[in-house]
Amino acid sequence: MRYFARRLAHAVLLLLGISVFSFALLQLAPGDFFSSLQLNPQISSRTVEALRSQYGLDKPLPVRYGSWLHSVLKGDLGTSFAYNSPVAPLLALRARNTLLLTGTATLLAWLLAIPLGIWSAAHRGEWGDRVGGVMTSTLLIVPELVLFLALLLLAVRTGWFPTGGMISAEFNDLNFWSKVKDLANHLLLPSLGLALATLPPLVRHIRSAMIEVLDSPFIRAARAHGIAEGRVLLRYALPVAANPLISLFGFSIATMLSAGLLVEVILSWPGIGPLLVDAILAKDTYIVVGTVMLSSVFLVAGNFFADMLLFAADPRIRME
Amino acid sequence: MTHRRKLAAALVFLAGFYCLVLFAGFFAPYDFAAQSRETPVAPPTALHFVDAQGKFHARPFIYSAQDANQQATPSDANTQRPYPIHFFVRGSRYKIAGLFTSNVHLFGVDDPGQILLIGSDAYGRDQFSRFLYGGQISMLAGLIAALFSVSLGIIVGGIAGYYGGWIDEILMRGSELFLALPWLYLLFAVRAALPLRISQWQVFLLLATIMGLIGWARPARLIRGVVLSAKQRNFVTAARGFGASDAYLLRKHVLPQTYGVLLTQMTLLIPQYVLAEVTLTFLGLGVGEPMPSWGALLSSLQQYSVLSSYWWMFLPALLLIPLFLVFYTAADALQELHKSVPL
Repeated sequence: MRYFARRLAHAVLLLLGISVFSFALLQLAPGDFFSSLQLNPQISSRTVEALRSQYGLDKPLPVRYGSWLHSVLKGDLGTSFAYNSPVAPLLALRARNTLLLTGTATLLAWLLAIPLGIWSAAHRGEWGDRVGGVMTSTLLIVPELVLFLALLLLAVRTGWFPTGGMISAEFNDLNFWSKVKDLANHLLLPSLGLALATLPPLVRHIRSAMIEVLDSPFIRAARAHGIAEGRVLLRYALPVAANPLISLFGFSIATMLSAGLLVEVILSWPGIGPLLVDAILAKDTYIVVGTVMLSSVFLVAGNFFADMLLFAADPRIRME
Repeated sequence: MTHRRKLAAALVFLAGFYCLVLFAGFFAPYDFAAQSRETPVAPPTALHFVDAQGKFHARPFIYSAQDANQQATPSDANTQRPYPIHFFVRGSRYKIAGLFTSNVHLFGVDDPGQILLIGSDAYGRDQFSRFLYGGQISMLAGLIAALFSVSLGIIVGGIAGYYGGWIDEILMRGSELFLALPWLYLLFAVRAALPLRISQWQVFLLLATIMGLIGWARPARLIRGVVLSAKQRNFVTAARGFGASDAYLLRKHVLPQTYGVLLTQMTLLIPQYVLAEVTLTFLGLGVGEPMPSWGALLSSLQQYSVLSSYWWMFLPALLLIPLFLVFYTAADALQELHKSVPL
């Protein structure tokens, strides 16, 4: 239990650090959301000043950070200037969509990577393994941006997939199963792209972790006892190789988040990525801070989850 | 030995590519901003060796898209005028690295013909020329940012590893913070902090610097690890016994042992930062018009109409792939080399 408490405290401190950093950075920037209003001769400078003080932009930095922290505790995460409403509800909807996309993609990536990695480790050096190696290397060197654009090209030219959005226009008139089908249809291309973008390092690591275990004496002993190869691989080797893979899961979330931002913008998935890009262009400070914080929370939570899994899987950590 | 050969091949290719980009003015047939409004989004120009009469020419020639536009029957090659390709032709003036001025281009055709190797964009600007010029921005951004990251990494990692104690503790906690940050989001946040309308060169330099500053944590941690083991080696202890100062020890004995890690990190970071620049510009947050960067070349692909009707606009994206292949090959070979070479 102390292990968890320490981890949790660490995570909270980390998030606080990130919030101070991103907040200070954005507040130090020249200009704010209302700067563009000043250029408008129709709006008097008094009005602009009044708006600034209404949103608390005239106060010094520590005060603003304090009031922001206060609004975080209230569950507001500050106020968006462009939407003139608390940030949290805006983010929550987008976060749900992003979670749906990244969750599906993570599931897809691991479901593809584990069998592929195990299979190529078991068939090391054979032509299938070589072909797999070439394929993962190819995927590795194709920049995510190019991969996603290629998927968009595929969708636009073949018409097999919807080219953007999360639901069709007539979504609300559909019955439950048609709704699920419509959503899955829209989800397929972005989640596949995201899964492909994160796949290569996963397959490589699973393969090398499995190879390391398969070379050890206890596997030779198991084989000598005549235990079926499938059982040797899945029941004997895989649990031993699982340890580094669980840590890898934590690391892969970071890639997933940054690749997710791109895929959301390119394939117009209404997640936090497009929201962030728009907020940056509009200098909607609290949305930017909120998005950065949200993605950090995802990352930290993912790592925390990986730690817990490791704790459950590895008795050595429990003994510490 | 094979790793060594692989590395050499990759480095030769990279050097060639950097030359191509550096001397973009010479290799590109047109200026990056030269427009030809009559022929927007022209497809790639086909090279011909056999003319309409079935005669073979050793010097390839093209039919110009502009002629095709003016004629009633554009596909009728009989009425079209062939433009042979000439080498070392005189064209628009350009500067190389801001120093030398010239107007000689490697290849080109007589006016009003246009040679568009990978087509042209919505303003009729030659995509190939823009790709080469765009490389100047994108590759330079990658190089500057990687240099920043690695130098910060060497300073922080060197100090943390060499002095240890509470300094080490603080610096490494800081690096954990930076490692935990979703860096693309952070980069966006930093971009948000920059004013939107400043001169393009300022944007470029600021972006490159910031990308580099954000990425110091990984190289710093790696270098710290090497320094930690390096400072305990016998010859370092011996030198210290002879009364060598910290600065001397670091410079002469400790830091040289980190060069392998540094080099590998550079080859890994450069493509990463090139991509970061491309991504930012693609999303409209990076270097803007009229400066061409690879991200700007790709950004037109965000419009479905471009993707569905003009497939050749995708070609610049494909041209990037071999470049990244070479970078990863180099990094791979370097890593393998340092595994086999005892530090």
